[in-house]
Amino acid sequence: MLWEINALLKLPFRGWGHNMTEKELAIKSIAYRKNILKYIYGAKAGHTGGSLSCIDILTVLYNHTMNVGPHNFKSPDRDRYIQSKGHCVEALFVVLADKGFFPESDLETLCKYKSHYIGHPTRKVHGIEQNTGALGHGLPISVGTAIAAKMDNKDFRVFTLLGDGELPEGSNWEAALTAAHYKLDNLCAIIDHNKLQISGTTAEVCNTDPIDGKFESFGWEVRHVNGHDFKALKETFQALPFATDKPSLVIAHTVKGKGISYMENVLKWHHGVPTPDQYANAMEELDGALADL
Amino acid sequence: MGLTVEKIGIDKANLEVFSETLQALAANDKDIVAVTSDSRGSGKLAPFGQKFPKQIVEIGIAEQNLVGVAAGLASAGKKAFAVSPACFLTARALEQIKNDVAYSDNPVKLVGISAGVSYGALGTTHHSLHDYAVLRAINNLIIVAPADNFETEQAIRKAAELKQPIYLRFGKKVMPLLTPEEESDFAFGKGRIIREGEDLVIIANGETVYPALQAAKKLESEFDITTTVISMHTIKPLDYDLLAYVALSGKAIITVEEHSVYGGLGEACASYLLQNRFHNPFKLMGIPDEYTVTGSQTEILSHYGISEKGIAEAALKLLERL
Ligand SMILES: [Mg+2]
Repeated sequence: MLWEINALLKLPFRGWGHNMTEKELAIKSIAYRKNILKYIYGAKAGHTGGSLSCIDILTVLYNHTMNVGPHNFKSPDRDRYIQSKGHCVEALFVVLADKGFFPESDLETLCKYKSHYIGHPTRKVHGIEQNTGALGHGLPISVGTAIAAKMDNKDFRVFTLLGDGELPEGSNWEAALTAAHYKLDNLCAIIDHNKLQISGTTAEVCNTDPIDGKFESFGWEVRHVNGHDFKALKETFQALPFATDKPSLVIAHTVKGKGISYMENVLKWHHGVPTPDQYANAMEELDGALADL
Repeated sequence: MGLTVEKIGIDKANLEVFSETLQALAANDKDIVAVTSDSRGSGKLAPFGQKFPKQIVEIGIAEQNLVGVAAGLASAGKKAFAVSPACFLTARALEQIKNDVAYSDNPVKLVGISAGVSYGALGTTHHSLHDYAVLRAINNLIIVAPADNFETEQAIRKAAELKQPIYLRFGKKVMPLLTPEEESDFAFGKGRIIREGEDLVIIANGETVYPALQAAKKLESEFDITTTVISMHTIKPLDYDLLAYVALSGKAIITVEEHSVYGGLGEACASYLLQNRFHNPFKLMGIPDEYTVTGSQTEILSHYGISEKGIAEAALKLLERL
């Protein structure tokens, strides 16, 4: 049984758009979760809860949807992924390592002196498109990149992942207007809607509901999806663009801390680091989940 | 009251030269893109928009988005000129300049128009007296304030090909050519010697080089004082070689800028000189740290001594001739 799983995890990159099954994606995402915890535990720092809430989205984007990998990262035609919620960089790092952008062992230097693997994405790391970390920046940059694609009649698409807690940043809404104004149907924004942010629920801190109605009124086409359902995520991304001449928004309903029961929907795991016991429990739970697949 | 403008040929506002140069470049290069924040009028870019409708991205009045979008365009290979009044561009969108342009190393050309106190009586909301100070503290950003039409055209042409982020800043006042064009040379990071003298050095930039030159002429004709005048168009990286060259003889040095006395050209020069054992008599001229006097650009600058008369007086004081 275990050898089978290991064989699956070592699958070489098969190009983009391949038909990785939901089970294969599920296996990947558990391996990613284990690595997120492993490297955050090692660094004694990281954004655990949010990385776990968005990892299934990244699993599908990088293993199913997007045309990007180390083989074409210099190509002007590659799909772009810009992570606006930069603090959940650990999720992105483990996926990029798996895709072969850099050796996974690089992540042992996470947050260490002189490492480029810091707590937010930087272009010093192969595979990262933009330096993010301050919130409300991913969408405007993505809009500009998507406009450039339109100007050059290029087919690449731009994906950007936003946290639900960063929606009050006004720059998002400025960019949302521009995206619709320029009919950017090559742009897909995804909101990791885990309903929590550092100091409470998004509803308590600054209620942004209804997110769909707001974006629709700005001229976007919006779909909701269960952000942990691989089949639904695949189908959603396959349906892009949701409407001709309109930017697409995916509201991915997720659970902060997803996959580790004691972390799920618990605020302190926003940037909590597990103790040795908690770490062992978490890994055990993930191994169990893998065995159950 | 005001600056005496002695014309040398057909002079224009640097802003106008910017627009014309950008049009000339765009005609041969589809990657030249103007990104505007409802600034087509104030940026003299309406003709650009008419001639190259596919090479202009109008954002509307949203400077943060303007700079973020320009960063995205630049990352995808566009030679993006993000054009907005300097006051809004470098304050409202400062975080985007810091992160999306400089830190992410997207080679956006940030164009701060109607800089300094160009907007005169519109007041402090429309003045940019902070831009050198805040931008100098951001890594990976060239900062340039061209003085005349020649420098402006050169700066725009060179910026277009630059693979590094740059901030260009100029005003909308008609600027006379400082030197005959055929005798001129321009490179970022290399100050231009406009006039050479024995007794004094004036280092200025942007629209203050012209009154500095006028002051130098006045000092020579009325007091037999000869002055070296430098257009230090690039504030960062500063031309340390030229500074050392003019400071070596121990001559008195005056810096002049249309910016706060804090954090701009003068302090950059002073910092270099002090740390390199140059103890020349030194005077820093700029806008003092106070509620800025109201009036036109010329009136505001003259009020603070940035005029032919004011600079000449400061020189005489520094040379202990008053
Ligand atoms: Mg959240």
